[in-house]
Amino acid sequence: MLLTIRSLTKTFPGTKALDGVRFDLRAGEVHALLGENGAGKSTLIKCLTGAYRPDAGEIRLDGQPIAPRSTSEAQELGIGTVYQEVNLLPNLTVAQNLCFGREPRRFGMVSSREMKRMAQDMLSGYGIDVDVSRDLGTYSVAIQQIVAIARAVALSGKVLILDEPTASLDAREVEMLFDVVRGLRDRGLGIVFVTHFLDQVFALSDRITVLRNGCHIVTEDTAALDRVRLIEHMLGRALEDEVEHRAVDHGVAGPVKPEMLAFDAMSRRGVVEPFDLRIAKGEVVGLAGLLGSGRTESAELLFGIRGTTTGTARDEVGPVRIDSPRAAIAAGFGFAPEDRKTDGIVADLSIRENIALALQARRGWARPVSRTEQARLAETYIKRLDIRTSDAEKAVGELSGGNQQKVVLARWLAMNPRFLILDEPTRGIDVGAHAEILRLIHELTAEGMSLLVISSELDELIAVSDRVIVVRDRAHVAELTGADVTTETVVRAIADHGREEVA
Amino acid sequence: MSFALPPVLRRVAPQVVTLVAVCVLVTLFFPGFLDLRLSDGRLVGPVIDIVKRSAPVALLAIGMTLVIATKGIDLSVGTTMAITGAVAAWCLDSGLGVGPAVALAIATGLVCGLWNGGLVAIIGIQPIVATLILMTAGRGIAQLITEGRILTFNDAGFAWFGSGAILGVPVPAVIWVVTGVALALLMRRTALGLLVEAIGVNRRASAIAGVNATVLLIAVYVASGLCAAFAGIITTADIRGADANNAGLWLELDAILAVVIGGNSLLGGRFSIAASILGALIIQTIDTGILLAGFPSEYNLVIKAALVVIILVLQSPQFMAEVFFWRRFGRKNLAPDTVKEDAR
Amino acid sequence: MNPRLYPLYATIGIFLFACLVCYIQFPFMASTRVLGNLLTDNAYLGIVAVGMTIVILSGGIDLSVGSVIAFSGVFIAVMLRDSGLPAPVIMALLLVVTTLFGAAMGGLIHALAMPPFIVTLAGMFLARGAAYMLTIDSVPIVDPFYDRLQDAYYLMPGKGRLTLIGVLMLASVAVGMIVAHRTRFGASVFALGGGVQTARLMGVRVGRTTVGIYAFSGFMAGLSGIVFSVYTGSGYPLATVGTELTAIAAVVIGGTLLTGGSGFVFGTLIGVMTMGLIQTYIVFDGSLSSWWTKIVIGGLLLLFIVLQKGLLRLTTTRLASPQAGAPV
Repeated sequence: MLLTIRSLTKTFPGTKALDGVRFDLRAGEVHALLGENGAGKSTLIKCLTGAYRPDAGEIRLDGQPIAPRSTSEAQELGIGTVYQEVNLLPNLTVAQNLCFGREPRRFGMVSSREMKRMAQDMLSGYGIDVDVSRDLGTYSVAIQQIVAIARAVALSGKVLILDEPTASLDAREVEMLFDVVRGLRDRGLGIVFVTHFLDQVFALSDRITVLRNGCHIVTEDTAALDRVRLIEHMLGRALEDEVEHRAVDHGVAGPVKPEMLAFDAMSRRGVVEPFDLRIAKGEVVGLAGLLGSGRTESAELLFGIRGTTTGTARDEVGPVRIDSPRAAIAAGFGFAPEDRKTDGIVADLSIRENIALALQARRGWARPVSRTEQARLAETYIKRLDIRTSDAEKAVGELSGGNQQKVVLARWLAMNPRFLILDEPTRGIDVGAHAEILRLIHELTAEGMSLLVISSELDELIAVSDRVIVVRDRAHVAELTGADVTTETVVRAIADHGREEVA
Repeated sequence: MSFALPPVLRRVAPQVVTLVAVCVLVTLFFPGFLDLRLSDGRLVGPVIDIVKRSAPVALLAIGMTLVIATKGIDLSVGTTMAITGAVAAWCLDSGLGVGPAVALAIATGLVCGLWNGGLVAIIGIQPIVATLILMTAGRGIAQLITEGRILTFNDAGFAWFGSGAILGVPVPAVIWVVTGVALALLMRRTALGLLVEAIGVNRRASAIAGVNATVLLIAVYVASGLCAAFAGIITTADIRGADANNAGLWLELDAILAVVIGGNSLLGGRFSIAASILGALIIQTIDTGILLAGFPSEYNLVIKAALVVIILVLQSPQFMAEVFFWRRFGRKNLAPDTVKEDAR
Repeated sequence: MNPRLYPLYATIGIFLFACLVCYIQFPFMASTRVLGNLLTDNAYLGIVAVGMTIVILSGGIDLSVGSVIAFSGVFIAVMLRDSGLPAPVIMALLLVVTTLFGAAMGGLIHALAMPPFIVTLAGMFLARGAAYMLTIDSVPIVDPFYDRLQDAYYLMPGKGRLTLIGVLMLASVAVGMIVAHRTRFGASVFALGGGVQTARLMGVRVGRTTVGIYAFSGFMAGLSGIVFSVYTGSGYPLATVGTELTAIAAVVIGGTLLTGGSGFVFGTLIGVMTMGLIQTYIVFDGSLSSWWTKIVIGGLLLLFIVLQKGLLRLTTTRLASPQAGAPV
């Protein structure tokens, strides 16, 4: 065994990111590491690369216990990493990137001829044709990834961790990358492959390990697993014990809700294939799909954050303009984004100000929301959403993730939108708060608000949704209504891959 | 400034304390510092002199505060002063009269701000780079207007902006106080202040919340141009001439310094116009105080440098984080959090 | 053709175009005499711009250099007058002082994690203030060693004088080129300009490199101060006000990206020469006023900044837009 990890534990304030995780890697295998966001994949990898130090547990490389304290130390031990976003410098030449820190020198000066030859040697056997004296940034992401791999292999040479390397590659490029990876496997490297594209897992990996909520769930040979079981492992839902306590009664056809919004042929080239969406008053539509399937991107199109290539929107009255967030807000939309830190909160401002921000932006600068009104809003929502804080003047950046999420929610509820998009509303929130947010969703729909909810937590999604739309491979592939809305059908729809067969 | 609430006072307390300390210090060396007399219906005395002389830097600092609150910087304000002054002098020289001279000078300042704002907000050039262009080219433009001469004029009406008095108070002082109060009121009585701070902290999140970040950014640079125009008018009126070479020279740095002394972070976000103005007053008091106290003026720059370093240390996120963590968690938890930030 | 060289080609193209315009207007400008003067007059600017290039390549900025040049002149003049030390010793001392000064600024920038802009602004005040504290008058330099330095030149064919300080400037550019493009330190500088986090991941010692960068700039500013004192034969605390901006402009016109990470030291030389040529042209013309220099330089700045912004946008959008087709 090349790499063995036993009972690895890592705790962050409030959460146990890794809980006694074990993991084995053989020389000459590609081992896929899977799990939804927050499952602990990236924490595990950061422990391996020295970015984090585990609280407990053991990592052995070639039988020797190791405890890397920095990325460079991990590299020297033999563990190299390639990230989704290429961690090389696009403004340096390919050769400089490959040889960085080890430049061949003559008379104290870097010899560019020598360096060029060294770089060409490093790249030989990877089957790519590049001029190493050109800037790395002038090549495609796929080539950059391969250069990054070549550097990692040359520096480390035992274990190669590929952290979502294919996220921005097209099919042909993925195939090119896979050939490189297979070549390295045959040379005896142990490769850890992290991805959220299941097709790629089955195409490339020899074994699969699934993590969920910081725990090791299963390790199996790829050949012995099928897609449905794999997704069950990842989402933590065996199909047999279907949830009984469903909040929305999908079996009974209730009174038909009047249609409120209609989106036609919404798309953005290369991001989301055209889709139609109808939303009725007081309806909750769930958007299911794995990470990277195009679910967040769909939401961003609907809210005008990304421009559309095609598509129109209309309501009962007529066409609705949604080409910018401002326009979407004017049309009565709201959007609580997935990435709270960059897209949601304004960290240095107080809870009060964060809650009032959207309302204020809609009113325009000349008609300020008075301080008393702001305070009243803040007080209302701190109470209603149970935001845990000493007072409303605290900077939002100082709150925990779950409370930050509630502040963003409060910001939109204060607007009283007719259509609210919630992207992963329960991510990173403790269990108690989960239930609160689900209860809130019911309250809102009862008041006539329409919602689009995106979530990896299938149970929750099914519990709150009247209808579920399944997104896969950047396209909306299925719509489930009524009695069809069950975990089983959703999992099958996500897993179904009759349409695209990759090499 | 806008409302006399305790939080506002608490915000400017360090600046007030510093200013008082500097004043006390100067008085010790020059006992006549606080003298005030009425002469020809005008207040005179060192303090009045300081309040009058700080006009250009205070005005520039007002605009600069807003720009810095959006995570930007405006290097071109000194040059904008020179251009607006040149325009005003040219108008007077061609006999257009005081009204058009002031109007055209203000319009010029607005155009300069619009230019900077457009480069920053629409084309997306870094503020320091974008405003460097006007800083470099602008002086040439000003010289083009004055044809390289010091364009003098003899117009008592216009000179009033530099040397006149209202109720005994010098007009430049009145102008900066009114501008400061007006802008502070505009920021705090409307929602502008909140929105400016929001885009300074997180432009993307603010835009998703519906804040019109592009227009606001442009507006902030326009405001800075407007303040520079006022400063340019005052300086030109004061010397009864436009000196394209030296008007406003290096004042942008003094203005930035005033904003920094005012405790406003160069990384954007929370701002206080009152504190920046106090910063400008502190700078001017040190300037004048050193002269009055009989020290050689050469010490001035060294003191400024020391001030900047002290304030930087206090403002440094690293330094403050260190203090914060020592107090709250001890050093142990520092590592993972910084790493997490690094990984972004 | 390698796209990384486009800005350099643009710089050279503009320079050649300027040469051509000058030649057509004033054929006698194509003489070694004009060339010699161009090198001599811009020697101090060229040297300080080399240091600035390294700083800007790393994504920083150094506003203190103009003040440091003035300080250097005053320091030398006052020391020569008052201390009785031989001139070479004083010069060496000065270079140590300015290098340490730069290193201290680099250390502060790294330790406080504050923008270089504001730290070097403090440095600017400090250096100028120190110069004032030494003297407030222009101090003439009377020294036999200086006389020899001033008279040292090589007579080029055509009676042009290639002065010592001109040669020193060319040598500085050569040294700068080696440091930036041929050493590991240079590679680290480019890496910092490309992104501090990535650079750290690739093994750059950020703190040490930052200190080195500003120390180098301080050294170059000191050297430039010596050259300036040779050129003017005096030390004056009010000299070279605003030189930092001229240097920055030369660097940008030389094709270096102001945000860091891309550029050429050689381009900076061309940038300095272009600016000198514009000035020379205006002097030759006689009817044109000197302020046109500033306007033309401002225009060139705008041209280069927008050009580079466009280049950047072109390359990033090309790479960022995922190709159509069904990704897996």
